[in-house]
Amino acid sequence: MSIKLKTFLGGIHPPDQKQLSASHRIEDAPLPKRVYLPLTQHIGAPAIARVKVGQKVLKGEKIADSEALICAPIHASISGTVVDIKNHPHPSGSEVPTIIIESDGRDLWFQEPHNGQDPLELGPEEIRGMIREAGIVGLGGAAFPTHVKLSPPEGKPIDAIILNGAECEPYLTADYRLMVEKAKEIVQGLRILLHVLGVERGYIGIEANKPEAISAMSKAASSFPQIEVVSLKVRYPQGAEKQLIKTILNREVPPPPALPLDVGVVVQNVGTAYAIYEAVSLRKPLIERIVTVSGRGIKEPKNLRLRLGTLFAEAIGYCGGFQGKVEKILMGGPMMGLAQYTTRVPVIKGTSGILVLTKEECPQAAEASHCINCGLCVRACPMRLVPSLIGTFCEKGLLEEAEAYHVLDCIECGSCVYVCPAKRHLVHLMKYGKSAILAKKRKQPKA
Amino acid sequence: MIAAVATLGGVAFILALGLGLASRIFAVEQDPKVSAIISLLPGANCGGCGYAGCAGFAQALVAGQAAPLECKASSDAAIQEISKILGIVYVPKEKMIAKLFCQGRNDKAKVKYLYQGIRDCRAAVLLGGGAKACAYGCLGFGSCVKACPFGAISMGPEGLPKINENACTGCGACIRACPKGVIQLIPARQMWYIPCNSRQRGKAVRQVCDVGCLACGLCVKSCPEQAITLDDNRALIDPQRCTGCGICVERCPQKIIQSPGEMKEVAAVSKG
Repeated sequence: MSIKLKTFLGGIHPPDQKQLSASHRIEDAPLPKRVYLPLTQHIGAPAIARVKVGQKVLKGEKIADSEALICAPIHASISGTVVDIKNHPHPSGSEVPTIIIESDGRDLWFQEPHNGQDPLELGPEEIRGMIREAGIVGLGGAAFPTHVKLSPPEGKPIDAIILNGAECEPYLTADYRLMVEKAKEIVQGLRILLHVLGVERGYIGIEANKPEAISAMSKAASSFPQIEVVSLKVRYPQGAEKQLIKTILNREVPPPPALPLDVGVVVQNVGTAYAIYEAVSLRKPLIERIVTVSGRGIKEPKNLRLRLGTLFAEAIGYCGGFQGKVEKILMGGPMMGLAQYTTRVPVIKGTSGILVLTKEECPQAAEASHCINCGLCVRACPMRLVPSLIGTFCEKGLLEEAEAYHVLDCIECGSCVYVCPAKRHLVHLMKYGKSAILAKKRKQPKA
Repeated sequence: MIAAVATLGGVAFILALGLGLASRIFAVEQDPKVSAIISLLPGANCGGCGYAGCAGFAQALVAGQAAPLECKASSDAAIQEISKILGIVYVPKEKMIAKLFCQGRNDKAKVKYLYQGIRDCRAAVLLGGGAKACAYGCLGFGSCVKACPFGAISMGPEGLPKINENACTGCGACIRACPKGVIQLIPARQMWYIPCNSRQRGKAVRQVCDVGCLACGLCVKSCPEQAITLDDNRALIDPQRCTGCGICVERCPQKIIQSPGEMKEVAAVSKG
């Protein structure tokens, strides 16, 4: 008996390593003594601090915002005093302006979460405003402000919403635990989304290696015929937006600048749906998130509910600290995560995981050699590009050629690097090519 | 044999006739000024003028859209010649040279992490601004070396590029290639310059580099000509005011102020 599961073309199948943390229930982490809240936790304009050094703030109080269209406000994640606003290391690798709050230990709310009006009776515009005010961004990792994603331009009708529960990155189990433990709330979040956009069809895509999540979500969605839980074949990068749309709806998003909404779809992470539920039904701003702390360099891998701004060092401490020969610390999964050079970086809205990998888990950094034209990367590329050729173009500075071969379509998933026997730094080359092409375009606006 | 020679010779003759006719009929009139100017320009096609190579610049000159001094790479004599061809008054230009505003050699500047990616500054900078702990320092992968059309830059053994002042024409190609903005142009006659690009001060600089400018301001205070200013924690020398007295060089606690041509000597002083 075999069930043909839905999937997409290309991709890879790395060992999922989720057994390390999958069975651990979400735990509330102890209250941090200090939180470090960077003003850039989202794609778009940085927020501007609305508090001064020395000012007392309460949990959930808005401390930074901006008038810019693409921006999300930031809230104090603990109650206490603002002790400094200065540059501090950020998981992106650079230093950015950060608001530092010292806890008063009382953890008092600015406004206690409470059950408000039935969200489905509110108007869409009102709900969008609440989502913006709660500071919600895409919690899958990209951190794009959610209210912008929920405001499709005129003339682009949306007919389906997909909740992304694929969690295809190895090690990460934060979304999985959330789906198992908070299925009803996620479904409620999806119903709010359907209501905001006036859409009839909602899908929840989950990879088949999470049967518990599939059954929990199916049960929670059973009384809503407009919501369908779709079981997906285990394949990386199933959780990439375009691959998810292709798999579930068989629609193909055209090359950039086209977006999923050009094919009538909005995709949201399950964690985002949960945050939307909290923001709209409970009037609770985004001040914490679920983070998987895992890897063989961690004594007790866990799924923690961490306040935003908690330092990685503290989160690692809650999990028993390091063990063995630690080689690498990542924010996010091993495929697309960002390597960290210090544990003094804070948990931000886009932190889905903190991974501490030992020497055995990291591929040995070999010197990159020349492309041997084997074509494995071409088969692995889920965007159906030719990474070998584009990589060489970028390496030689042939930016026009790289653009003609659609380097801008690259989603930087890392599948090509995973399979490359020549150990070429393909994603890094693509990132370089993309940034150089985009910089050139910014310099020469169309005449 | 004869038939073969005759056939090939005949074919060659007919084709030559065709080519000869084509070159007459389709001849493109080129202003003799343009070709004369092209022969005077350096021919490196460095792009420093903003036109597509030297030929494009020559056309712009003749069309009156550009001034000869916009070519940073030409010698004074060449500019003078070009001005003569164009029939405009020649005003001598200040010779500028590129200088590296960083002394953070591998043994002097700290790194944040072990970098294993592509050996190119513009790729390295994508990872949190590069591996150097100082956010303003030279990354040392030599994007400027590759960009220099005059072969004036080479990579030193200590991870910093070396600029040959005699070969540098001040075209600015290296400046455009550098993602850190750590190369800047200064007048070739400038006596002293302060080779640090950091916008931080004091402790923050010391934590990441042994040879950084601490923005202490002693040079500013000591300068009798008020030629030095602190701009965003960078000490800048105004070449118009600097008389080269060297008081600032003595006062600098880091001993980093140096003459553009005397890297080695000054580096030796700072050790002792």
